Parts: sequence; C-alpha cells; structure tokens
Amino acid sequence: MSTQGTPKTLYDKIWDAHVVHQDADGTCLIYIDRHLVHEVTSPQAFEGLRMTGRRVRAPEKTVAVPDHNVPTDARRAERIDDEMSRIQVETLRQNAREFGVELYDVDDVRQGIVHIVGPEQGWTLPGLTIVCGDSHTATHGAFGALAHGIGTSEVEHVLATQTLIQKKSKNMLVRVEGELPPGVTAKDITLTIIGRTGTAGGTGHVIEYAGSAIRGLSMEGRMTVCNMAIEGGARAGLIAPDEKTFAYVMGRPHAPKGAAWEAAMAYWQTLKSDEGAQYDKVVEIDAAEIAPVVTWGTSPEDVLPITGTVPRPEDFEGAKREAAARALDYMGLTPGQRLADVEIDTVFIGSCTNGRIEDLREVARIMEGRRVKEGLRAMIVPGSGLVRLQAEQEGIADKLRAAGFDWRMAGCSMCLGMNPDQLAPGERCASTSNRNFEGRQGYKGRTHLMSPAMAAAAAITGRLTDVRELV
Amino acid sequence: MPPFTTLTGVAAPMPLVNIDTDMIIPKQFLKTIQRSGLGKNLFDEMRYDRQGNEIADFVLNQPAYRQAEILVAGDNFGCGSSREHAPWALLDFGIRCVISTSFADIFHGNCFKNGILPITLPQAQVDVLMDEARKGANARITVDLAAQTVSTSDGTVFTFDIDPFRKHCLLNGLDDIGLTLEKAAAIDAFEARARLAQPWA
Ligand code: SF4
Repeated sequence: MSTQGTPKTLYDKIWDAHVVHQDADGTCLIYIDRHLVHEVTSPQAFEGLRMTGRRVRAPEKTVAVPDHNVPTDARRAERIDDEMSRIQVETLRQNAREFGVELYDVDDVRQGIVHIVGPEQGWTLPGLTIVCGDSHTATHGAFGALAHGIGTSEVEHVLATQTLIQKKSKNMLVRVEGELPPGVTAKDITLTIIGRTGTAGGTGHVIEYAGSAIRGLSMEGRMTVCNMAIEGGARAGLIAPDEKTFAYVMGRPHAPKGAAWEAAMAYWQTLKSDEGAQYDKVVEIDAAEIAPVVTWGTSPEDVLPITGTVPRPEDFEGAKREAAARALDYMGLTPGQRLADVEIDTVFIGSCTNGRIEDLREVARIMEGRRVKEGLRAMIVPGSGLVRLQAEQEGIADKLRAAGFDWRMAGCSMCLGMNPDQLAPGERCASTSNRNFEGRQGYKGRTHLMSPAMAAAAAITGRLTDVRELV
Repeated sequence: MPPFTTLTGVAAPMPLVNIDTDMIIPKQFLKTIQRSGLGKNLFDEMRYDRQGNEIADFVLNQPAYRQAEILVAGDNFGCGSSREHAPWALLDFGIRCVISTSFADIFHGNCFKNGILPITLPQAQVDVLMDEARKGANARITVDLAAQTVSTSDGTVFTFDIDPFRKHCLLNGLDDIGLTLEKAAAIDAFEARARLAQPWA
C-alpha cells in the first residue's frame, strides 16, 4: 500500500480508489463501476446466476450490446440466418430483459461494437473501473479509466457482486515524445510499440501511454493506441485525461451533468501520475522514428515499416525462428520480397481499433478523387450506428460508396468473422483491425494489420502501399 | 468447480510459442451458450482438415497423446482473446494442467476459475519436461499441487510458485462468487461511500 506523500502513478490512484477489501497476501476485491456485456461471453454467466438464484447486483451499471455475431447487411433486424448466432443474440436480449440491464439492440441506431458504444454513450468516464468479457476493453483506458477484459466466470462474478478479485499489476510507462512524421497515425504508434516490446512485453503490467505524441492525438487516436495494449501483453492501457477527454465526454447521454459534472471535473483533474512516480518498466519511443507500418506475419508483433522486406526465419532466434517460418508459410510470403509488392484481395475498414468517425474521415480523405481497384472486395463497417449516421450526414458515406466501397451496418464483422463477413482460404486482407492470428478473419485467411490511411492506399493500388506516395 | 489436488498423466508436447486462444478454440465454436462439449473442437484448425478428417501428425491425434491430461507448451501460452471457451475446451478434452514458461494474463486467470492448473517454470525446466513429454504415453508427469511439485517418471522433481489464495481455491474447488458474497457488507459500505464522494460513478 502506498503511504501518503509517496508519488503515485495514475494506475495506483485509480486502483487505490477502488479497493473494497484487501487480504494479507495482497489479493484485493476491486469495485467495478461499469460492466459492458456482449452476446458471446455472457450467456454462460447469466446461466450461472440463474442456476444459483443470484441477481445482477447493479443493473444500472451494466449495459448490453450485441456486436460480435450480428450480420452487417441491412436486413439483419428481421432475420439472422445463422441459427447459432441468432440464438446468442436472442439469449442476450432475454437476459437483459430478465435481469433489468439496458440493451442497445440490433435495430437501435446506438448499437455497435461495445467498445465504441461505451464512450459514445458516456458510460466510459475518467477514473472509473470498466470491465467486459472482451480483451479489447483496454480501449476505454484512453479516458483515464482502468479498463480490462475478463473471462466469463469473472463476468458472472461482476454481475453477482459488482467486484472482481484481483492482484495489482505492475506499472509500465510507454513514452512517445516528439512529432509524428506525415502519414503516420495512432495505429502506426501502437503497432510500432508492439513490434518493439513484443506481444508479451506488457504481461503483468498496466501500460500508461504518455509523451507529447500521445497528448497530441485525438480521443479517437488515443482509443486506437489503448485498444492494442492487450496485443502488447498488458491487460490495460491508460492515458491521463485532459481537456480533450473532458470535451469528448461532456454532454454524452450518461455523462454527469450540472453540479455532478463540476464535482467530477474537480476529481478528474487529479487523475495524472505524480511527479517522481515509479514505474517497473519504461519504454521510450521517438515519434520521429515511427513510419507507416504493416504486419507481415501472424502475430501483432510481426511489424515492419511498409518500406521493408519480408524477413527470413534466420533473422530470428530461438522459438521465434520456428514461429516465423510457420507464419511465412501461412501468409504465403517469400523472404526478401518487398512488402510494397504484396498484392491483396480484400480491404476491411472497421473494428474497435479503427471504426470511429475520424478513421472514416481519414479513409475518405485518401480516397478523394480515387477509386477502389477493380476486382477488390473493399468493405467499411462503421463501429456503431451513430458513427455510420454521422458519416452519412457528413457526406463521407456517399463518397466512399462512389469510390467502390461496400458500406455496411455496424458490428465486429470481419475483425473476427463470426458473422458472414469472412475471408476465404488464401485470401489476403489489408485490415484496420487488431489481430492477424491464423484463421482470425476466416479459415486460412491472411491478415495484414495497418492504419485506415494505409488500408485506403492498399484499396487504391491493390497491394500493400506506402500512403505517403499518394498524398 | 472440481478440486485439483494431484494429477498423474500423459503430457502432450506443444513447443510452439504464442499459442493463442484463436488456435485453442476457433471463433466458430464460440457461438454455444453452454460450457461443455467444446473438447472435440480443441485446436480445431490444427487438428482437422477442412473435411473434418484428423490431421495425423497433430500431437493430440497421435495415439500416445489422445488421452493427454497435461500440455507442455511454448512461451506466452493463451495470448489473444479473453474467451473462457479456451479453458472450457481444454477441460472438456481432459487437460487439467498446462506447463509453460509464461502465460497471457487473462487466460491464466481463466484457468483457475475452471479447475485447470497453469504452471510457470523456467525455460531449462520446461525443456526437460518437453523432452519427457516427447517420449509419449510411457512417460507420465505427476503434478502435486499441495507440495507444488512437478515430477517426471524418472524422478526429476521441479517446484513451482503459485499464488496462495488461488492454490487454496483450487485445492478445495471453491467458488469465487460464494467467497466474495461473504464480504457483502464491505461492498455495501464501499457503495455507500462512493455514492457520496462520486455520485456520477
Ligand atoms: S471489433 Fe474485433 S477486437 Fe473489437 S470487440 Fe469486436 S471482435 Fe473484438
């Protein structure tokens, strides 16, 4: 336990403010302020409550939204063809009703990916603890909230008790200082960090992202960075809230209003790491050295600048060598091949990493006066119904449709292909999502992760492309 | 939850690093609303071809390892998605213990909630156990949770660390929720304080 006067990190502060009970061995019971629920990881948890006769302790702090399974075609509110998906979505609907939890249903314009809906609706606020049965809950850390994914047993635990049994993680600081070069975005930052630290680099830690390049990002960009904290091995990422955060939160449906807003603001201003606070691990990155990057392999750490070439397994050591050989085989790439020569079949723009309005604006900007290459499948899946609506109101949707994109309804979609949007075996995709694992976007599908700008560039040329050549 | 005390069984070697939860149980099997029945789809895309035929050289398809109860795996096991379907699938197949040099956080926690023991050991010791596992069905590994030891059939013994609370829960098959509900008064008190201090939260 930190004593008075010891400088604290942002993580220390939020943690300390949520300890309900602490055992002698350091195991803590932590209070959970917001619980987001989706259809894939919750049915067994609600079933557990039913079997033990338990109720949801704080339904007003719990919100449900179907996102992983929902089709993204316009007729989905009437029918979901896949029987298993339909049952999961229907089960969520019934559970929300039975346990008194607010639901943004498939036909609600506020429906979308749970990690986009939370911030949009003002459920996500600085200083809160937020959990969801989904690893990308880390996204909400962009607001200075302690947010992380949990398993289904923990979903049940939070539903029943509004707490989690936890041990405190270690503190890790990732500082990105300096100015980003042209064409480099939040996605390039977060991929570059993972490329540098590896997918286990943050294991056991909560990462605080700091430095002028992070502060310079919009809230959308900060969410992109924190979203992939999990790919870097950390359960949670955090960014200290500032004026941009408060401006984003103000006026959202579930944000505090009036006197409560003033009181909240006074507290939120204190949510930053103290001068001299200690971190267990520190990584420094010079923003000027970050380039537009893509992944070449099947792990998010397989990151290279687009100007690079496909590596050789011999470039790696130990078990990573075998993994690289397997990845190259899976990805159908030849060592020495220029990344910019790799041809693609599909472009996917969306997901909780890059499905927000700013991402769609960026794509529209790159596409200005250009078209999707003939023969490519290019889809845009807005992160929520409200993002979709805003893009339509701004005229972006029409432009993107005219440029050759398929303009879909909101959901997770091809980020993980639980709905009909999937890659066929061998198909190669330029994707703005967060995972390039084997089979992630479809059986034997090949995923290259990149920023929305880079995905747009790939859509235009039909190959992995340095966006800087187009602007 | 079934208690975990001791286990003696066949260990399957999976030296691949970064085995992620998408590999352990691919997403098409997440559509179930039950916990059971996932064992037949454990490592589905590595285990079966597109027609559903077993891929003969995949470790769990080999006669020696079809009854494996322990996995000895490469570094960073269980990374990726938080799906608890991964431990459910392992358990349904019959795996009660995974040994590696490191585990992803969420997967690690999920194991304990389902009576699976994840054991972290240094590389050199995992290498020894990996070689032992490669010997097939004749080489059984014994895990003793109370004593915190892993031993091979030829008598090599390694000790491992484990969080005391988790050990206690696993040994006794205790349900976390029941334990926490015993602290309901502390939760009530916390909520009452928070309502005053942070009414927006
Ligand atoms: S968009 Fe992808 S990463 Fe995000 S919650 Fe959905 S499936 Fe998970």
